[in-house]
Amino acid sequence: MSEKLKFKILEHELVPEHEVLKPEEAIEVLRSLGVRPEQLPYIRASDPVARAIGAKPGDIVKITRKSPTAGKIVVYRFVIAG
Amino acid sequence: MVAEKEIKSIKFGILSPDMIRKMSTTAIVTPDVYDENGMPVKGGVMDPKLGVIEPDQRCETCGNKLALCPGHFGSLELARPVIHIGFVKHIYELLRATCRKCGKLKIPEDEIERYLRLLEKLRDRWPQLAESLSEYVKRKAMKVYECPHCGERQYRIRYEKPTTFIEEGPLGKLTPTFIRDWLSRIPDRHLRVMGYDPETAHPAWAIITVLPVPPIAVRPSILLETGIRAEDDLTHKLVDIIRTNERLKEAINVGSPEIIIEDLWDLLQYHITTYIDNEVPGVPPAKRRSGSPLRTLAQRLKGKEGRFRNNLSGKRVDFSARTVISPDPYLSINEVGVPVEVAMNLTVPVRVTPWNVDELRRYVLNGPFKYPGANYVIEPNGRRLDLRYNKDLKAVAEALKPGFVVERHLIDGDIVLFNRQPSLHRMSIMAHVVKVLPGRTFRLHLAVCPPYNADFDGDEMNLHVPQTPEAQAEARMLLLVQDHILSPRYGGPIIGGIQDYISGGYLLSSKATYLTKDRVSDLLASINYEGEIPEPAILAPKQAWLGKQIISLLLPEDFNFAKEAKISSGAFKCQDEECFWDSYVLVKKGKFLMGVIDKNSIGAQQPESMLHYLIMEYGSSFGRQFMDRAFKLFLRFIEMRGFTMTLDDILVPERAYEEIREVYKRALEEVNKALKLYEEGKLEVTPGRTLEESLELKILEILSKARDEAGEIAVKYLNPFNNVFIMAKTGARGSALNITQMAAMLGQQSVRGERIHRGYTNRTLPFFERGDIGPEARGFVVNSFVKGLTPIEMFFHAAGGREGLVDTAVRTSQSGYMQRRLINSLLDVVVEYDGTVRAAYGDLIQFRYGEDGVDPKNTSFGKAVNVDRIVKKHVGWKIG
Repeated sequence: MSEKLKFKILEHELVPEHEVLKPEEAIEVLRSLGVRPEQLPYIRASDPVARAIGAKPGDIVKITRKSPTAGKIVVYRFVIAG
Repeated sequence: MVAEKEIKSIKFGILSPDMIRKMSTTAIVTPDVYDENGMPVKGGVMDPKLGVIEPDQRCETCGNKLALCPGHFGSLELARPVIHIGFVKHIYELLRATCRKCGKLKIPEDEIERYLRLLEKLRDRWPQLAESLSEYVKRKAMKVYECPHCGERQYRIRYEKPTTFIEEGPLGKLTPTFIRDWLSRIPDRHLRVMGYDPETAHPAWAIITVLPVPPIAVRPSILLETGIRAEDDLTHKLVDIIRTNERLKEAINVGSPEIIIEDLWDLLQYHITTYIDNEVPGVPPAKRRSGSPLRTLAQRLKGKEGRFRNNLSGKRVDFSARTVISPDPYLSINEVGVPVEVAMNLTVPVRVTPWNVDELRRYVLNGPFKYPGANYVIEPNGRRLDLRYNKDLKAVAEALKPGFVVERHLIDGDIVLFNRQPSLHRMSIMAHVVKVLPGRTFRLHLAVCPPYNADFDGDEMNLHVPQTPEAQAEARMLLLVQDHILSPRYGGPIIGGIQDYISGGYLLSSKATYLTKDRVSDLLASINYEGEIPEPAILAPKQAWLGKQIISLLLPEDFNFAKEAKISSGAFKCQDEECFWDSYVLVKKGKFLMGVIDKNSIGAQQPESMLHYLIMEYGSSFGRQFMDRAFKLFLRFIEMRGFTMTLDDILVPERAYEEIREVYKRALEEVNKALKLYEEGKLEVTPGRTLEESLELKILEILSKARDEAGEIAVKYLNPFNNVFIMAKTGARGSALNITQMAAMLGQQSVRGERIHRGYTNRTLPFFERGDIGPEARGFVVNSFVKGLTPIEMFFHAAGGREGLVDTAVRTSQSGYMQRRLINSLLDVVVEYDGTVRAAYGDLIQFRYGEDGVDPKNTSFGKAVNVDRIVKKHVGWKIG
C-alpha cells in the first residue's frame, strides 16, 4: 500500500489531539504532577496515533481531548516499547 | 524499650534444608505421641521442646511461660526426599528449560549474559516487563533439543499429575532425588535469568529433604468433655508422615526389593502432599475417621473461611453490639436508640481531668451494674481495675485523679458507628449520636431506612463504639448521618420522607386542610416550636389556619422554590403558577404559597426536590433540623387526622365489573381475530421476528391494553381522593398498577417476559385443550385481588411470583461477587489533594477526578452549576 492511500488517522474526528512533548516540557509536567514517567498511563509506541506523530519509547505524549464532564481535558501518557 | 522499626518490604522464599535444621529445636524421630501415662513422648510430635501448652508451665526451649513462648519448630529427616506440591509447576518449568546433563539453561552463554543485564535494568522500573522477559527466556530454552553448553541431546519431559515427572528418553521416571540433584546443578546466574532468586528460593529446596514440624501452638489438641484428647488434623497428618518415613527407612536398611521401597516412597509423597494441600486435583483427599476431609495447611489459608479473609481482612472486634432494629419517629435522624442493657456493656474510655473528675466519680460509684456507671478504671501505671469484682467502689472513686482513665458506660450524646449488611455503599456505615432507651432493640429514625436499605421485619444492625478521641472526632465530623443526606451516587438526598411522612405532608399542605387554633397549637407543640403563631388565613366566621402556613414556619425566610408536584399528572396537571389543582409547588421568600408537599418535594431519592435545595443551600445541619421537625409535624398531623386503607378504597360497584367484562370480551375477540389471521398465515410479521413471536407480541399488546382499560374503568368508579389514591398519587406507597390489580384485573402473568407456556405437552395445565393458546390457557388473570382468583389463575400468579423470587436470589449472589472484585481492585484508589486520582504507589489514574474535579454529591445531576436554580432561587420563579 502506498503512502498516499493510507488513512490519515490524525484527521479523524474521533482521534483527539496528540503531541510529543519536548524534554523541557516533559520534565515540567512530571515535576508538577510529582510522578516518575512510568507512573503515568502508558501508550504503546505501536499505537497507531503514537506512530503517526512519531512518538518513541521514553517520550511523553500530551493528549487534549473532549470530555463529557469538563468539556476539554489534557492528559499525558508515557510511551512504552511495544 | 523495644526499638521501633518500620517494615519496608516483605520477601517470600523457600526454607532451605539447612535453615530448617537450624530452626529446629528437636529432631522428631518417633511416631508415638503419648506414653502410657499420657505424657508426651520425647522425639514425638508433641515433644515439650516445641513449646508450652499449659499455663504456668515453663518452656523447655525458651524458658518463657505460655503467654510469651512463641512456640518452636522441630524437624523430621526424610528417608528419601519428596516433591513439594506447591512448587511442581516451577520444577516442571526448570526441568524443561535446563540441560539434563550439565543443568545449564539451554541458551548460549553470551545470550544469557545479555538477558541478565537487560533484566537487571528492567527490575526496578518495569517489574512486569522483567517477569515477561524471564518467561520469554524460559519458553525459548524449552524449545532447544541440544544443550548449547555441553551438546547433550535433550528429551521431552512429561509431567503426570500430581507429582510424577517422566523423561521420554533413557531415564524414564525421574525420582525426587534425581530432580534435586538436577536442580542443584543449575548455575545461580542462570536461575536469575529465569526469575529465581537462588539466595532465598533455590529451586532445589522445592524438593523436601527435611520436613519442618510446626510448634504445638499451631496445632493445639482439644480436650473433649469426656476427657478424651482430640488431636489437630495437622498432628494426625504428621504422625502418618513419621510412620511412613520410619517404614521407608526400615525398608531401605534391610535392603527390601526396589518395588516395596518405591511403594513406600510414593506413600510418603502422598502424605506430605496432603499435609500441605488436601485439595490437589488428582490426589484423593485424606479423610478423618468420620469421613470428612482433613483441614491441612493450604486449607487453613484458602478461601472465605481461610486465615486471610476470615482472620486478617475481617476480624471480630470488641466494643460492638448487634440486635434487632425497630423504628422511633421521635428520634432525630442523627440519633440511634441504644438499649440500656447494651449501653452498660459498651464502654468509652475517658481520661480524668480536673473538670470531669466529679462526673467520672459518680460513674465509678454507680459501678458496673447501675446505669450510668463504669466497668473499668485504668490506673496511670497501666493496672486495670475490674469494678465488677471491686467491693469498695467508694475508695476507687476517691482515688481518681488526673491521669486515670475511666471506662464508663455509653451515655446520651456519645458517638457510635451504625451499620447494616450488606455494606454496599458508604452510607451503609454512618455515625449516630447515642440515645439510651429502655427496651432491647436499636431504634432508628425512619428516614434513615433508605441508605441502610433497612426495614423492621426482623433486620439486625451492628453498632461500634470509637474508642479514641481522634476516632470520635472523625466520626462526628465526617460520618454523621446529616453529612450523608446527599448521596454521591446521584447527587440527591438519599435520606428523606417515606411513606406516611409523604401522605402526612400531602394532607397537611392540602388546600382542604383548615386548622383550628387548638390544632395549630398541638402541631407546633409537637415540634417544640417557640415562635409566634402566624395570622390566621381565615378570620371569619371562625379563625382558621392553613397547613401551608404551618409548613412555612419551618422554611428559611429567603427560600424560593417552584416545581411541579408529584400529583401533577393527568387531569391535575399544572406546569406553572396558574394552577387550579394546587399541584404546582411554589415557595416565595419562605412562604409556602401554593401546591402540596409530596414525594417530589420531600421524598427520599428525589434529586432537585425542595428538600435537596434546602440541604444544598442551607447546609446539612439545617437539613437535619428541617427533617426532624417537618417529619414530626407531618406524623403528628396524620395521627390527628387518622389515615388508613379500607376495602371501600378499592371496591368498585358491580356496574364496573360488567364494563370490565365487556373490555375483556372485546380483547378476547381481538385475540381470536389475531389467532385466525395467524392460522391463515395473514398475520402481519413484526420486522426481525418470527411469525410465532409476532403473534405472541400482538396478543401481549392486546391483553396489556385490556388491563389498562380495566384499570381506567375501576379508577372512574373510585373516589380520586380516597386513601389508596392519596398514597399512590403522592408517591407515598403503591402505584396505579397496584390499584388496577386490586380493583380491576391482574392481567397477564409472565415468566421470562413471555406468557406462561410450559407444563404439560402443548398445554400449561390439564384443564385446557392441547394447543390452546388463548389468554386464559396462557396465564391471563381476569379477576382482581378483591374479587379473588380462580384456582387456575392462582397457579399462574404463583408461577409469575416465583420467578421474581428466583431472580432476586440469583442477582444478589452475582452482584455480590462483582462488588467484591470491584472493591478489591479499587480499594486504594484515592483522590489526592491536587485533584488527581492515584493508586497506592502514586500511579496516576485520572489527571483530574471525573475530568472536571467535581464531587457529584454537591451537584445536581452531575452539573457543577445549575443556572436555572440560581435564577429561581433569587428571583423566586423562572422568567419567561
